[in-house]
Amino acid sequence: MSGAGGTDLVYMANQIARFFETQGDAAAAVRGVADHLKAFWSPDMRAQLKARIAAGEAKDLSPLAKDAVTSL
Amino acid sequence: MSLIDEIDFGTPESRSEASVTLTIDGRKVTVPQGTSIMRAAKSVGASIPKLCATDSLNAFGSCRLCLVEIEGRAGTPASCTTPVTDGMVVATQTQRLAKLRKGVMELYISDHPLDCLTCAANGDCELQDMAGAVGLRDVRYGQDGASHLTAEKDTSNPYFTYDASKCIVCSRCVRACEEQQGTFALTIAGRGFGSRVAPGPSPTFMGSECVSCGACVQACPTATLTETKVIEIGQPERSVVTTCAYCGVGCAFKAEMRGEELVRMVPWKDGKANRGHSCVKGRFAWGYAQHKERILSPMIRASINDPWKEVSWDAAIAHTASEFKRIQAKYGRDAVGGITSSRCTNEETYLVQKLVRAAFGNNNVDTCARVCHSPTGYGLKTTFGTSAGTQDFDSVEDSDVILVMGANPTDAHPVFASRMKKRLRAGARLIVIDPRRIDLVRSAHIKADHHLALRPGTNVAMLTALAHVIVTEGLVDEAYVRERCDMDAFTHWAEFVARDANSPEAMEAVTGVPASEVRQAARLYATGGRAAIYYGLGVTEHSQGSTTVMAIANLAMATGNIGRPGVGVNPLRGQNNVQGACDMGSFPHELSGYRHVSDAAARGLFESAWGVTLDEEPGLRIPNMLDAAVAGAFKGLYIQGEDILQSDPNTRHVAAGLGAMECVVVQDLFLNETATFAHVFLPGSTFLEKDGTFTNAERRIQRVRKVMRPRNGLADWEITKALSNALGFPMAYDHPSEIMDEIARLTPSFAGVSYDRLDALGSVQWPCNEAAPEGTPVMHIERFVRGEGRFIITEYVPTDEKVGPRFPLLLTTGRILSQYNVGAQTRRTENSAWHEEDVLEIHPQDAEDRGVRDGDWVTLASRSGDTALRARITDRVAPGVVYTTFHHPDTQANVVTTDYSDWATNCPEYKVTAVQVSKGNGPGDWQARYADQSRRARRIEAAE
Repeated sequence: MSGAGGTDLVYMANQIARFFETQGDAAAAVRGVADHLKAFWSPDMRAQLKARIAAGEAKDLSPLAKDAVTSL
Repeated sequence: MSLIDEIDFGTPESRSEASVTLTIDGRKVTVPQGTSIMRAAKSVGASIPKLCATDSLNAFGSCRLCLVEIEGRAGTPASCTTPVTDGMVVATQTQRLAKLRKGVMELYISDHPLDCLTCAANGDCELQDMAGAVGLRDVRYGQDGASHLTAEKDTSNPYFTYDASKCIVCSRCVRACEEQQGTFALTIAGRGFGSRVAPGPSPTFMGSECVSCGACVQACPTATLTETKVIEIGQPERSVVTTCAYCGVGCAFKAEMRGEELVRMVPWKDGKANRGHSCVKGRFAWGYAQHKERILSPMIRASINDPWKEVSWDAAIAHTASEFKRIQAKYGRDAVGGITSSRCTNEETYLVQKLVRAAFGNNNVDTCARVCHSPTGYGLKTTFGTSAGTQDFDSVEDSDVILVMGANPTDAHPVFASRMKKRLRAGARLIVIDPRRIDLVRSAHIKADHHLALRPGTNVAMLTALAHVIVTEGLVDEAYVRERCDMDAFTHWAEFVARDANSPEAMEAVTGVPASEVRQAARLYATGGRAAIYYGLGVTEHSQGSTTVMAIANLAMATGNIGRPGVGVNPLRGQNNVQGACDMGSFPHELSGYRHVSDAAARGLFESAWGVTLDEEPGLRIPNMLDAAVAGAFKGLYIQGEDILQSDPNTRHVAAGLGAMECVVVQDLFLNETATFAHVFLPGSTFLEKDGTFTNAERRIQRVRKVMRPRNGLADWEITKALSNALGFPMAYDHPSEIMDEIARLTPSFAGVSYDRLDALGSVQWPCNEAAPEGTPVMHIERFVRGEGRFIITEYVPTDEKVGPRFPLLLTTGRILSQYNVGAQTRRTENSAWHEEDVLEIHPQDAEDRGVRDGDWVTLASRSGDTALRARITDRVAPGVVYTTFHHPDTQANVVTTDYSDWATNCPEYKVTAVQVSKGNGPGDWQARYADQSRRARRIEAAE
């Protein structure tokens, strides 16, 4: 369930990160993204994104989003 | 059960707090200052004869029938136009008055057909009633003189007839069109004996500016303006108060019946959302319930390429349950889900999410709010603490400044638009933020002070620029912010918006709106008195939809415009029960009352009540379900009253998702577009055929009452109950009131709601609980639901949907008055007479550049797909912007829209699609193929 274009998980995570990076310091931004993913994404979506990071298939993922996903 | 006889007080209620005491026919009466003698008399049961007066309209004083005598005053003044004064002594029935009234009635009747026995208004005619009331026994003038008795009828409007021969020129219709509706389509043409009601600018109603709201028909005291159905069927014999099933205004109507036949829908004067007004949809467009294409028997098929086969309810339910069990056994518990309907009742929506969570055992439930106001839920919960608008509709009457953003109330929320226009005509100032020149920008006696015609996709830039002006020019309501809001968050926000990069001058290149206009608008909003914001899908359906909602909330908090009448942040919700669907726990991450599924205490309540263990993780949203289906992980979907193939973005992607599933169940009135991909069709019931409640855009919970038996055999809640029982999770409700009782037990904001309370109060706005037993018209009065209001930094992030050489124009989409959403209901009514097809609005310059003339077929292409439709050349849209509606499956505007969506909620970015327009020759290949597929998918095998 990787989606495509606007529903691609990497794209969506980057969108979320783009919002939270303006909401406070770096640690708060990571927390904000992670909390958002926990609150609104299904466990399977989160697992898929983690797996893509592990497989090196999420090169376009922003550093903030990556930090948040790996913190989950 | 009989007809509900509403009392007509003759003139509107006075809102004065001062009172006046007088004597009427020997009885002391105390009424608010400014009350008319007519109204005061009616309040003590004295009915003064009248014809031109009705309490929905201002007094006019033309019929000369309501004359009274007042001690110490000469003459016989009209009681409708004479206000009461302290100590006044009034006589309403004297010999002198009786003689005068009889004389007046003689004149009326001398030019009126004496066909009462065959007249459609027989039994419901105020002229007939007044003739009786004044004791008219003969007409001295006869009927031989000049008259209007041979005037021709205007039957051009499909819903009502205008018979000028019966007109008494009381002007009630003209005034209703002006005062209630605000369209000013009618006038009295001619003078003296030649005076007659005339629509304009064309001589027929259908060709005129009339919007068929029905206010004139409702106001007419004779048979001059009569519903076509009343002419066909006769007078109704009973009425039931219920709630309209179209938009989020939630108009209350009297369904007037003969037996089980609906004769007409009449707006209920006591309806607190509509206050006795209506629009063409709620008033007239209910014929779909009897339409020949309505499906009344359950149907199944093994493959979407097969014809449908009718089966019994038992067989359909057993087959569906068996399929879902098979899929879950084979692919896992999470391979199925459900979509609740914003067109169905709260009780039905609640049951579907309960079915998914408890019987399916996962949280894969979503609703159409995903594609409309999910950003409202996120944005207002984050800033204020609750996912709903702050005001009641009455609040607009106290507004000094009205800011309308990304909404076109005239078309999409017409009854509230009329109330808003009334306030604007009375002097409120208006700011419109919209790429299109919507009707409100300039209409009869209304002109926006500022129309900020921004480029699509730049809402956040615009709102942050407005905030910049408010902060840097010292227009913040500091006392309010200090007392009510999180000061740290405010400080950070104020520093952010004050940056030069956020100034109107810097943002002018982004929004395309002159900085000086933005500055003036900001000053007006901040300093013009009580300022209210109303917004629609032009705010939410963007990649920054949630950010835009929070930017709106920031503006309101910074200026102290939250927590009292006349102000507030008011999302205009699209569907009749989209607010309710959200309240009922239709989102995959929330239980009813907006409590997150990870909240162990909230979850525990439901687990205890339902006897199951609930998943603590959020489930899939609609777009996630479709992606999972394409990936092979999601195989079964139960869809109640939703047509995602037509309404959701990127139609081809939706089709691919549905096509990859093994059991798609559609529960609807008609074989909608989604049913093309369905394996089970469960026929649904209309709002006329069941009991329940809807919750409108102002959080008002109102009863839906059954006026006839379900033609399909079962109400929708009974279908869900049967399916749950077949799946092994018993539901034992006998009536929707029992479902509401369960909702109230489990949902703090609904704790005080019951059918008994709704019957007693008419309606209530949530929160309705021990602290607010009669509901909450205005929220956040002393404190925000979350405690302190929270300012959020709203940085503008341009959409990734870019214009370029291949796709140089921006497409935005919306609704039109006569049609409703995917059109499943309205296209099956006479409303299609106003809007037979979707058209593409294009600016004259863009049309000329492409050699397109008005009415030409054009191809509309985007990166997602293309479709063809006819062009309408208009400067309502700015150069570079095109606009269309999405009411017709033949066009399928969503073939063109993309799957970009709001960052927080995945609400699709319907309002910004880069497109190209070129001259075409007619419907495209895709449309032809789809039409063929759709035709094949609707085949029904003949019963043996």
